[in-house]
Amino acid sequence: MRVAIIQFPGSNCDFDTLHVLNKVMNVRANLVWHKCDDLKDYDAVILPGGFSYGDRLRAGIIAAYSPVMREVRRMAKDGYPILGICNGFQILIESGLLPGALLRNSSLKFICKWVNLSVISNKAIFTHKIKKNHLLRMPIAHNEGRYFIEEDDLKELYKRDQIVLKYADEHGKISERSNPNGSIDNIAGICNYEGNVFGLMPHPERASEKLLSPFDSDDGKMIFSSMIEYAKER
Amino acid sequence: MVKDMRTYLVKVVIENKASARDPEGETILKDLLIKGGYKKIKAVRTAKLLKIWVEAENDKEAKEMVSKLCNELRIYNPVAHTCSINAKENKN
Repeated sequence: MRVAIIQFPGSNCDFDTLHVLNKVMNVRANLVWHKCDDLKDYDAVILPGGFSYGDRLRAGIIAAYSPVMREVRRMAKDGYPILGICNGFQILIESGLLPGALLRNSSLKFICKWVNLSVISNKAIFTHKIKKNHLLRMPIAHNEGRYFIEEDDLKELYKRDQIVLKYADEHGKISERSNPNGSIDNIAGICNYEGNVFGLMPHPERASEKLLSPFDSDDGKMIFSSMIEYAKER
Repeated sequence: MVKDMRTYLVKVVIENKASARDPEGETILKDLLIKGGYKKIKAVRTAKLLKIWVEAENDKEAKEMVSKLCNELRIYNPVAHTCSINAKENKN
C-alpha cells in the first residue's frame, strides 16, 4: 500500500509524518505537493499539521481550494482512508468533508502540551482496532482548535456515532478541567458518517515513538496501524 | 451604450454567532472596559473586517457580487459565523 502525505505551502509536520510511516510503520509513503491533481497511485491520504497559507483568513480555508483537494474528495467518496491532523483537520472542516468549525482557543493562546484522549467511538477506520474508553496520550499544538457546532448538529453527531476522541484527564474523566481549548463537549476528533474521513487536533505522528514521549508511550501508532490494516484489507 | 461603472467599497464583517463564545470580546469587556470605569457597557463582540473594492454600476450590484463570493468561497464558515455586508461608493 502507499500513502500520500500532502504538502501545502506552510505545512510543517509533513516530514515527521513521512518518517513515522516509512520508518516506524514500515509502509510506503510519499510527500505530494498540493498542486497534484492525480492520486490514483495511493491507497490513503494524510493532510499533515502546520500553518497552510499562514492561517490567513481562517486556518485551513485557502488550502481547502488547492487542486489536490478535488482528488481528496473523490477518494473520500470512494471510501479511501483520509486523515487530517491539526491543520489537516482544519482543512477537512473548511473543505466541507467534516462538519463544524474550529475557532480560536478560548484562552486565545497557542497551546502546546501533552493531553489524554478518550476513545469515544471506534466507528472510524482509524480507531476500529481500539477499545472504547481507551486512553491515548498525544501532544496538541494549535491556536485554532476549539471545535464548535450548533446544538442540533451536535446531537446528530452523537446519534451517528461520529465523535471519535474527547479530551480527558489521566483517569479518563471528561470535564471542563481536562478541556484545553474550550471545544464543545471536549471534542478532539470527529469522523464522517461513513467513518473513512477522520480529523483530530492532537498529533499522532509526534506520539509514535517511545523515545519522544515523556510518558514512554507510542499511542499515536494505534491510529496509523488501524488505518493501514483497513487500507490493506480493502 | 457604455455602462457607467464606479468603484464601490464593500465592507464584510465576519463574527462568531451568538451561540459561539467570543473570548476576545469577553476579555475586552471584563478586563479593559469595566475595569476602566465604563460600567454601563454590557457586551463586546469582536469581528473580522474585510474591505473589498469592486467596480459596479450601483451599490446593489456591488453588494450582490461580494455576497456571492462570500458564499461560494466560504469567506465565512456558516456553522460558526455570521456575515454582514454593506457597500458604499468610493469617492476618494
